[in-house]
Amino acid sequence: MSWRRWAAVAGAVLCLAAAADPGERLADPAREARARSLFRETRCLVCQGESIDESDAALAADLRRAIRERVGAGQSDDEVRAFLVARYGDFVLFRPRLTLTNALLWSAPFVVALAGLGLLIARHRGASEPAAPLSPAEEARLAALDGSSDTKAPELGSKNASELTER
Amino acid sequence: MTAELGAFSLVLALCLSLAQAGLSFAGRARRDATLTGAAEGAALGAFLGVAIGFAALIWAFVTSDFSVANAAQNSHTAKPLIYKIAGAWGSHEGSIVLWCFALTAYGAALALARTLPWGLKALAVAVQGTLGALFIAYLVFASNPLTRLIDPPAEGNSLNPLLQDPALAAHPPFLYAGYVGLSVVFSLAIAALIEGRVDAAWARWVRPWTLAAWSLLTVGITLGSFWSYYVLGWGGWWFWDPVENASLMPWLMATALLHSAVVTEKRGALAAWTVFLAIAAFTLSMLGAFLVRSGVLTSVHAFAVDPRRGLLLLAILAVTAGSAFSLFAWRAASLKDRAVFAPISRESALVLNNIFLAAVTSAVLAGTLWPLILEAFGRQGGVGAPYYNLVVGVLAATAFVILPAGPLLAWKRGDALGAIQRLAAAATAALAAGLLVYAVAAPRQALGAALVGLGAWLVAGSLAEAAERIRLARVPFAESRRRFAALPRGTWGMSLAHLGLGIFVMGAAFETGWRVEAAAVLSPGGNLGLGGYHLRLQGVGDAPGPNYDAEQGRIVITNARGAPVCVARPERRTYDVGGQSIAKVALCMGPLSDLYVTLGERRATVGGGSAWLVRGFLNPWVRLIFLGPLLMAAGGALSLSDRRLRIAAGVRRGVAAGQWAAAR
Repeated sequence: MSWRRWAAVAGAVLCLAAAADPGERLADPAREARARSLFRETRCLVCQGESIDESDAALAADLRRAIRERVGAGQSDDEVRAFLVARYGDFVLFRPRLTLTNALLWSAPFVVALAGLGLLIARHRGASEPAAPLSPAEEARLAALDGSSDTKAPELGSKNASELTER
Repeated sequence: MTAELGAFSLVLALCLSLAQAGLSFAGRARRDATLTGAAEGAALGAFLGVAIGFAALIWAFVTSDFSVANAAQNSHTAKPLIYKIAGAWGSHEGSIVLWCFALTAYGAALALARTLPWGLKALAVAVQGTLGALFIAYLVFASNPLTRLIDPPAEGNSLNPLLQDPALAAHPPFLYAGYVGLSVVFSLAIAALIEGRVDAAWARWVRPWTLAAWSLLTVGITLGSFWSYYVLGWGGWWFWDPVENASLMPWLMATALLHSAVVTEKRGALAAWTVFLAIAAFTLSMLGAFLVRSGVLTSVHAFAVDPRRGLLLLAILAVTAGSAFSLFAWRAASLKDRAVFAPISRESALVLNNIFLAAVTSAVLAGTLWPLILEAFGRQGGVGAPYYNLVVGVLAATAFVILPAGPLLAWKRGDALGAIQRLAAAATAALAAGLLVYAVAAPRQALGAALVGLGAWLVAGSLAEAAERIRLARVPFAESRRRFAALPRGTWGMSLAHLGLGIFVMGAAFETGWRVEAAAVLSPGGNLGLGGYHLRLQGVGDAPGPNYDAEQGRIVITNARGAPVCVARPERRTYDVGGQSIAKVALCMGPLSDLYVTLGERRATVGGGSAWLVRGFLNPWVRLIFLGPLLMAAGGALSLSDRRLRIAAGVRRGVAAGQWAAAR
């Protein structure tokens, strides 16, 4: 087995949630709830895509303690996030902060949806426009065609014409 | 000897796949039915070759032949038989064998298909052969599962304990059957582009293959989700993990394809878009295989990764997808799309469905690849559940609001007012359901209640649509019953799939909004409250298994009135090989909800005794989350059994369907 595989296994095994471990909790339920919601958006950096709320890893426990300390000391959510990003970079947050680069990510799906809707509306607009009037050249050609069909099969000419217009 | 026979068969299969591609292309070019017939034979032979190779690998696992490197790394004599067999596709090499097995099986099925016109079939068989040759070559030269060890060990390394589970033994075969089923759709799309004809008949030929792949993929994803729910031990069922996303993207594209192919079949519109989806669906399958196999993205499911060989997969992906989309770009412009429809019509509804599915797919794709994109610019960053929940949630919810009206609108020009009138009862029921949840479920949650109401809207909407079809309560009952029997199964399949979607949405919304969680460190005799229930740890004993030791907790669960509900026996297993320790979740299943209990590691208490961290979840309506997708898959299967798909598929219709410009 490669080390990556072991890391995956270790991560999966370690990430057996422990955030609810009663020993770590804050006394004030409101602050505890805030800390828990922060845990859920903080990546456990060694746990393969899990949040520190779910992880049993030592790093996650350290981060939980650090966050609880800051929440307990009365820091706001944004201050805690700023601390996390300063220490571990943007990767630590599951919910990307609203920067110009991240705005691309957030807006891309909606741009796709709006572009699709735009195409659909454009198609309906195009379809509902009345057909352009015939140019003089086309009129002349139509007259010539009418003439030829009249000479060949006069009794069928009108029927053919109506079929043509239907299409 | 079996391993050598298997390895030889794989090489033979590679040669036959090359022959299949070459003969079929040549036969089509020379209009020679003998050559294309030989290619069909080669397709059957290639399937047989891979099947023998696959059987040889399974045999090595079953007989614990550790001179085969793959078996030595992934099997063990003490493993139960079912996991010895499942272990054969638990590794990187094994999963590629499974992929090739499915690919050639579909190739053989395509070769045996009777309803396809000769030219289209010859080209599709050729493309399928090319795909087969590429992947079997990768298997033989870069991922050979049957190489021997010079110095075989006496005992194997065993399979990761987390993978030793019945749901996970069945998960890869379903998933791959779905992933790879889309290869036939891909081949038919390429063949149609070369042939120069994408019309109603083509859409009809593609339909059964898409339906089969879609249904199997639905089952595969559901099994995987169920596995992570009760094996990983933290109560969730979807993590927006890169590997999960990799399976979701082809599913979303296949769903879009099912809907757009209906428009192409019935109205001859959207031909180019349908072909695009057919190519995109399998491309995303291959992208998924690359993401999972290469390990470029960190994932909880990364059980079989190898970065070096990932590059080769990326090369296969680039060659196949690159040439397919180039061909599309060259040919699609000349696909004419002359069908006209009003803004309010079935066509518009189906186009909306496609727009939303495309937007959701792009959200999942962007989120999954985001860390890679940032890394390319020397930056770091990640995306997690909050992004997906919000973006996918908003897009999907909007689509779900519109969905029930779609099937009630007529083709070409629909009657919006009529559709709204016919959905009035359904809307009332959905509103009532939402309000009821808001009033009754504690704690009170407006968003959760609204989402449950949205699920109820889908359920009621599909029932209303079915009732409308049989004119229930408007004509005598016998007449309704006659209509019920007379309607094609495809129609019922659609209703069932939409019903399943609604049931899933209700379950997902309710479970997410009202899940209750509790944890405490308990010594024997200790208590823990969980929602209205009461958990009491009676004791912890030993429960050894065939290849592990375990501590088993005995936890009696009683309800609010003190009546016993069930006895949960969660375990903490330590596997003999590797010494890994995993939690075995205990589930007390009610009709709709689960009580979910896990046992942590033993720890010492201050008084010198032992205590365990006991964690409990009350997951309300969680059953609906897995039942819904299974109903959707059943709807797909029902639709697939529609005899209209099997007979007279080649009848030309007077639809001006994406035919090529008359000048060609």
